[in-house]
Amino acid sequence: MAAGVLTKGLCGFRQPRIIAAGYSCSGPLYATATAVKTLPLQTDSTAVTDKIQNLPLETPDFFRLSELFSLKDLFDARVHLGHKKGCRHRLMEPYLFGSRLGQDIIDLDQTMAHLQSALNFTAHIAYRGGIILFVSRRRQFGHVVESTAGDCGEYAHTRYWQGGLLTNAPIQYGPGVRLPDLIVFLSTLNNVFQQHVGVRDAAKMNIPTVGVVDSNCNPSLVTYPVPGNDDTPAAMELYCRLFKMTINRAKDKRRQMELLQGLSPAGLTQGSS
Amino acid sequence: MQTQTLSTYFLFSPERRTANMAASGGRTVRYFLWKCGNCCSNFNTVSSNLTRQVLSRQLCVSAVLHRKNLAAAGPEKFSEEFIKKQVEEFNIGKRHLANMMGEDPETFTQGDINRSIAYLFPSGLFDKKAKPLMKHPDEVFPKQRAVQWGADGRPFHFLFYTGKQSYYSLMHDTFTKALAVENHQDRLRGKDLFTQDAKQISLVGSRWLLKEELEELLVETISEHDYARFIQLMERLLSLPYCSVEEDFVQRYRRQLEIQSSKQQVQPLQYDQHGVAYSTGDGRRKTATGTVLLRDSGSGSISINGTNYVHYFPVLQDREQLMFPLHFMGVLGRFDMQCSVSGGGHSSQAGALRLAISRAMLSFLSEEQVETMRQAGLLTPDPRIKERKKPGQEGARRKFTWKKR
Repeated sequence: MAAGVLTKGLCGFRQPRIIAAGYSCSGPLYATATAVKTLPLQTDSTAVTDKIQNLPLETPDFFRLSELFSLKDLFDARVHLGHKKGCRHRLMEPYLFGSRLGQDIIDLDQTMAHLQSALNFTAHIAYRGGIILFVSRRRQFGHVVESTAGDCGEYAHTRYWQGGLLTNAPIQYGPGVRLPDLIVFLSTLNNVFQQHVGVRDAAKMNIPTVGVVDSNCNPSLVTYPVPGNDDTPAAMELYCRLFKMTINRAKDKRRQMELLQGLSPAGLTQGSS
Repeated sequence: MQTQTLSTYFLFSPERRTANMAASGGRTVRYFLWKCGNCCSNFNTVSSNLTRQVLSRQLCVSAVLHRKNLAAAGPEKFSEEFIKKQVEEFNIGKRHLANMMGEDPETFTQGDINRSIAYLFPSGLFDKKAKPLMKHPDEVFPKQRAVQWGADGRPFHFLFYTGKQSYYSLMHDTFTKALAVENHQDRLRGKDLFTQDAKQISLVGSRWLLKEELEELLVETISEHDYARFIQLMERLLSLPYCSVEEDFVQRYRRQLEIQSSKQQVQPLQYDQHGVAYSTGDGRRKTATGTVLLRDSGSGSISINGTNYVHYFPVLQDREQLMFPLHFMGVLGRFDMQCSVSGGGHSSQAGALRLAISRAMLSFLSEEQVETMRQAGLLTPDPRIKERKKPGQEGARRKFTWKKR
């Protein structure tokens, strides 16, 4: 019974990881105690909670994120400007129109589609109460990213990445720590133009990633790459604004759903969105 | 029975526990128990069970937990329920102890506890940490961070995943303040109200927090590099013309310096039956101690241990040492001195008297003169003493003759 409850409740998160985090420092009893502690309401209203969780999955754009941005907004924020031809990464060629005067131009139609799916995924994670970690190693935008994370109630990491952050978390933070459920890279490179360690570590720990990939980045390990400029302040502010609005929208929707559930546990229709 | 229950309340201080035992997440903490007569057997079996559990957990202990700063050493080793239980046990044990000593449990203070423990468990050991102690758990267990996340697993602080949340959040706040000041300046420039001579924060007489003080404030260990970065950022904030907007924030990270000269304790002048002002002073140098009675409106006569100073100090250098404070302040013929000195050799006796004279003169002088005397070094006792002889060497520094073969 307990196992069944666990599998239903934790379908959005990585269940084996939570138990694995517990085992190294104490016996299995501790792990189940933690797992049970994280889901206090499951046994009471499982069916209603399941309905709330699965309702957004029925519509393609449940959170109506396509109205948040348009192609013109992306163009005005100079998202289409990539680096010079010589810095181009081979795997980014499908996302580029070509180069003008030696500077690569990113295909904004593809960017629109990728951004839509990335924001949609972020919204679903936020709706289900997942932990979202914003990562960027650009010192120019570190403060903006941290403020964005603070404003939407999520987490940020724009500082020196300690090696075992994701892979050695129970030792570094303590037994029973919960890792992020989504990592959003606002720039996938670190200060020496190498791929950020977090991309590889997230892939190792089965954590999905959303990443803004510029024309000199490697998009292969990023789950939801968003080809776009990561050097201009206007573009970064646009991304931060979009992510903040998405997450806030998703959380408000969740609160709305839970309130409705409190009022009428029996009837839950799609008209409540 | 009472001795049995009492023995559970005695602990060694946690600094002597090894990190291995502490790594078990607060569930099992090993007690060192006193073997008091008949109560050994069951406790020994309990402790051996715990040993087995502790040893099986040793595999996952890493270098992270061997740090000295227990308060900031990561996850809490003593959970809240554990500390609460310890507090209850301590209070009950205190009452038992009071009953045992035949005193009133209500008015049993920590001093009484210490005396009772010293009486009941006399220890011949020298190390204070090795003696039995019974203190309130808040004094025994170091202050540490509570668990950083809630029931649903979400951490409380938005910079939790950086590892150094307090430090980085401090840097974030400082930078936010700097941006706010720059925005303020831009707005003033827009209204043409910007002036270069805005009110500046006064930094005189204060210093930045030390690295240890900052660590204490943040309850986190920070490296030298981090500390340097923090000071750099604060200096950058202070370099802006309108930084006085954030004065409160800056002053929180500055400490007042104690002014050196105000530490001088100047005794008030005393007057004898003829109305003549006098004062005393004493000084030490190496193993010589001297006292001086300085009398005003005199003729400059000096007597040491009943004899004239010329006969006591035949060497000119020693007499110069006596004269120097008076000559420096220009009061050579003003005072009469009666000195007594013992110990040491002639040079150290002269130095001791010099210090004693300077100290006695303070009562007759103004603040600025006192400051000049301090800066001249007349009021500083000479800390040099004879260096000890070391084993394997002939003297303090001289080594035995080196022989090639």
